[in-house]
Amino acid sequence: MKKGKTIEAFLKENEQKELLRFSSAGSVDDGKSTMLGHLLHDAKGVYEDQLASIRNASKQMAKGEIDYALFTDGLKAEREQGITIDVAYRYFSTPKRKFIVADTPGHEQYTRNMATGASTAQLAVILIDARLGVLVQSKRHLFISSLMGIPHIIVAVNKMDLVDYSEEVFTKIKKDFSAFARKLSIKDLRFVPISALVGDNVASRDKEHMTWYEGESLLELLENVYIGSDSNMVDLRYPVQYVLRPNLDFRGFCGQVASGVIKAGDEVMALPSGKRSRVKAIVTMDGNLDRAIPGQSVTVTLEDEIDISRGDMLVRPNNLPQIGRHIEATLIWMSERPMDPNGSYFIKQTTMTSRCRIDKIRYRIDVNTLHREKADHLELNEIGRVSIVSNRKLMYDPFDQNRATGSFILIDAITNNTVGAGMIIRRESADDAPGLNEQSGSDERLKRHPDAVGTAERRERLGQTPQTIWITGLVASGKSDLAYALEKEIFEKGGLAYVLDGEDMRLGLCKDLDFTACDKAEHIRRVAEAAKILNEAGVTAICAFVSPFKKARSQAAEIIGKERFKEVFVKASLEYCAKNDDKGLYKGAEDGSVKGLAGVNAPYEAPDTPWETFCPENEGKEACAFRIFEKLRKEGKL
Amino acid sequence: MEDTLTHLQQLESESIHIIREVAAEFANPVMLYSIGKDSSVMVRLAQKAFYPAPIPFPLLHVDTNFKFHDMYAFRDQFCKDIGAELRIYRNEEAIKAGTNPFELGTQKCCALLKTKALVDALRLGKYDAAFGGARRDEEKSRAKERIFSFRDEMGQWEPKNQRPELWNLYNAKINKGESIRVFPLSNWTELDVWQYIYKENIPIVPMYFAKEREMVVRDDMLIPLDGPIPLKKGEKPEKVMCRFRTLGCYPCTGAIRSTAKTVPEIIEEMMVVTISERSTRIIDHDTEGSMEIKKREGYF
Repeated sequence: MKKGKTIEAFLKENEQKELLRFSSAGSVDDGKSTMLGHLLHDAKGVYEDQLASIRNASKQMAKGEIDYALFTDGLKAEREQGITIDVAYRYFSTPKRKFIVADTPGHEQYTRNMATGASTAQLAVILIDARLGVLVQSKRHLFISSLMGIPHIIVAVNKMDLVDYSEEVFTKIKKDFSAFARKLSIKDLRFVPISALVGDNVASRDKEHMTWYEGESLLELLENVYIGSDSNMVDLRYPVQYVLRPNLDFRGFCGQVASGVIKAGDEVMALPSGKRSRVKAIVTMDGNLDRAIPGQSVTVTLEDEIDISRGDMLVRPNNLPQIGRHIEATLIWMSERPMDPNGSYFIKQTTMTSRCRIDKIRYRIDVNTLHREKADHLELNEIGRVSIVSNRKLMYDPFDQNRATGSFILIDAITNNTVGAGMIIRRESADDAPGLNEQSGSDERLKRHPDAVGTAERRERLGQTPQTIWITGLVASGKSDLAYALEKEIFEKGGLAYVLDGEDMRLGLCKDLDFTACDKAEHIRRVAEAAKILNEAGVTAICAFVSPFKKARSQAAEIIGKERFKEVFVKASLEYCAKNDDKGLYKGAEDGSVKGLAGVNAPYEAPDTPWETFCPENEGKEACAFRIFEKLRKEGKL
Repeated sequence: MEDTLTHLQQLESESIHIIREVAAEFANPVMLYSIGKDSSVMVRLAQKAFYPAPIPFPLLHVDTNFKFHDMYAFRDQFCKDIGAELRIYRNEEAIKAGTNPFELGTQKCCALLKTKALVDALRLGKYDAAFGGARRDEEKSRAKERIFSFRDEMGQWEPKNQRPELWNLYNAKINKGESIRVFPLSNWTELDVWQYIYKENIPIVPMYFAKEREMVVRDDMLIPLDGPIPLKKGEKPEKVMCRFRTLGCYPCTGAIRSTAKTVPEIIEEMMVVTISERSTRIIDHDTEGSMEIKKREGYF
C-alpha cells in the first residue's frame, strides 16, 4: 500500500473515535499522579522534550528518577508544594478512544475542585492505597462521584507491589467498598488491582505478579466501558441559547440538544409559553440535518412564528419537564464566603439566568459519614439539601434523570463569583408544600414567645372553642356562599368567626404565588397557618378553598390541629358548577384555553368521610349554615 | 446515523456552544485572531455557530510588526474571503522606539509588543470578553485554566482564585472594567486541530507546509530570515527543506526540518514527532514556568 493511503485510512479511522471524559480522585499519597503519568506516558501522550524538561525539573527538586506526577501537577505553587490544588485537564488517546482527564485533588478542603472535575465526567477512577484499605476519604470520593451522577466508577487499588500482590488484600477492599457503595446509587462499579509505580495493570495487563486477577487493565477498562447508553435519548429538551435573525425571512433558534432527539417535522412545544409548532428544519453550515442528538449544537427553525427567546426550551408536547420557581436540590458550597441565607444570588440553569433566594436549608450532609446534620447555612466545601425559589420559572428535570437540565450553578450577585453547584432532586411527596414537614421550632433561634394570655382564658372571654371549618369543593360550587352564610349565622348568635377565601388570599398574603402545583401547595400551607393564628386568637376560621388534594387537606389539618379541623364537602355536579360559574372557567376548560381546572382537566379528590356535607342543588346555604352551627353548639364549641 | 457523536463532533459542538454563550451574554465581545492554525479553526467554529448569519463580533489581531510576510498576506485574504470584520492593534509607541528581541531579550519584547499591546487593545476597545485559541494541552499552566477565564481590571489572571466551572454552565457575570477570556478550543489537542483542518478543508498559512526556505542553522534550531536577523560569526543562510509547527514573530519562531507538504503528511509526521509544539517558540525557554508568569500579567 502506498504511504499516502495509509495515513488517509488512519485519519478516517481516527475521525470516528469516541470521546471518554473521566475524572480521577485520590490524593498524591495514593499515587494518583503517578498513575496518570503512566497512562499518559504509555499512551504516548507525552512528548519527548516535555520528558526532557521534566527530567530537568526532577533534578532541580532532587528527586532523581522520573517523577510521573510532574506531568500532571501543573501550577508552580503545586510543583513547589508537591500537591495538586486545582483541577487539571489532560489529554491522551489510544486507537480506540480519545480521553479527557479531569485530574482532581483529593483532600477534603478541595471537595469543590473534585466536584468541578466530576461534573463533566462519564467515568471516575478512584484510587485506594492497598496498604491502607478503604479510608474515609475514599468513601468521600465515591459519594461525590455518585452525587455528581457519574455513571461508571473504576476503583483502582494501587500499590499492590507493597502488599506482595496479595489477592486477599484486594478482595477485602473490594468487599468493604462495595458494602459502602450499596448506600449510594451507583450503576457500574469495577475494581482493578494496580501498581502505578511499576506499571502493573495500568496500561497493559500484568501477567507476572497478579495471575489471580483475570480482569482487564485500567487502560483496557477505560477503552472498553460501554458509554453508548449513557445519554438520555428519550426526553427532548432543547434549551434555546441564542436567537438568529439575519433577515426577515429567517428566524433560527440556536442551542445544544440537552437530551432526547429533535427531528425535522416533529411537533414541539415552546416553554414556558406552551405554544406549539413544528420543526421546519435543523440548520447547520454543513447542510440541514434530519435529526440532532444529545450534545449536538444546531439551529432549529419552526413552521410558525412564535415568540421564543434565550432561556426558553423546546420540548415534545407529551413529555414535559417540571416547570416552576421552587426547586429542591443538593447544593455544594464552593465559596470562601459562607452562604448567606438572606443573600442575593443568581441561578444559572440550562441557558436561563434568574435571581433567586435560598428558601430553606433542610440539612447538611457530612461528606465523610453521610449523616444529616442541622444547618442554617453552608460553608466552603459543605454539601446540603436546600430549597431554592427563583424569580423566573425554571424548566427542569431531576438530576438523576437528566444531568443537563437537572444541574445549576449559583452566582453571588455582589461578588459575581460562582458560589454553588446544585443537583435538582425529584420532589418527594412530602416536599409538596415547602417547609411543611419541618418541625416547628426546628431552627433554634426561632422560639415562640410564651403566651401571656392562655387559650383557656380566651375561650372563657369569647365563650367559644375556636374551630376551623374547611370547606372544599369544585370551582363555583358555592363554597364562599356557604362560608359567608355561616360567618353571619355564628356572628348573629354571639360567636366570632372569620372567612378566609381564595380570592382574598390570592390578592394579599399569597400574591407572590403562581398556579403551579408547588405554588398551589404553598398557598394551602399559608392558608392553614393563617387559620391556625385565627384559632389561637380565639376566632373560628371558615376557609373556603377548592383544595382538590386529600393530602394537601390532611397537611392543613396537621398544621391547624386535627381536633379543631372540620372538613365540609360541597357536593355539587359539574353541570351545576358550570351554570354557577360567572368567570367562564368551565367554558374555557372545554375549549382548551383553561388548564388545570379541578374536576374537569385536573383531578379533584372528594373527602371520603367529611364532617359535614352541603348539597347546594338540594338545599339552601342558610339551611346548611344553621345545621353546621347547631352541630358545633352540640359539640360544645360555641 | 449513529446514536453517539465522534470526538470531533463533540468538540465542535462544545466549542460552538461556548461561542454562542459569549455572544448571548456579553455586550462587546471580540475574537483574538493570531493568524495561526488554531485561529483558523476558531474562526471556522464561529462561522458555524451563527450560520447563516455573519459572525456577530469583530476579529482582533494584536500585531507586533514582527510577523512573517506570509502571515500578513494570509490574514488579509482570509478575512476578506469570509467577510469578517478585522481590527488591528499595535503598540505604536514601542514599535516606534524600535523594540526588538535582539536588544531587549524575548521577555521584555513580548511584554511590550504582545502583553501590553493586548491589554491596551482590550481596554481601549472596551471589550468585555475576548476569545483566544489557546488549548489546554499546549503547556502546563494552561491545563488548569478555565474556559471562561476571569481577568481583573488590569487584565490579570489569578490562578489560585479561579471561579469553579461546572457542566457547561459558564459564569459570565463581571463588573465594569473586568473581562473574561474565553477559550473555545480548551479541550482540543494538536492532533484534533489538524484532523479538523483536514476534515473541514480549512485554509491555513502556507508556512505550515514544507518547502525549501532560506534558514540560518544555529545549534539545533532553524532560524528564518523573514526580516533582519543579527547573524553570529560564520553563520550564513542556507536552503533547508522545512516547515513551521507554530507561527509567531519571525525573530522568535524556529522551523523544523520536514518534508510534509499536505495536511495528512503533517499529521503523519506528528504521530511520530518527538518534540512538542511550543518548543519551537523560543520564548518559553526563558525560565521554568514562564508561561504562567506571562499569563498572570495578561498574556493569553
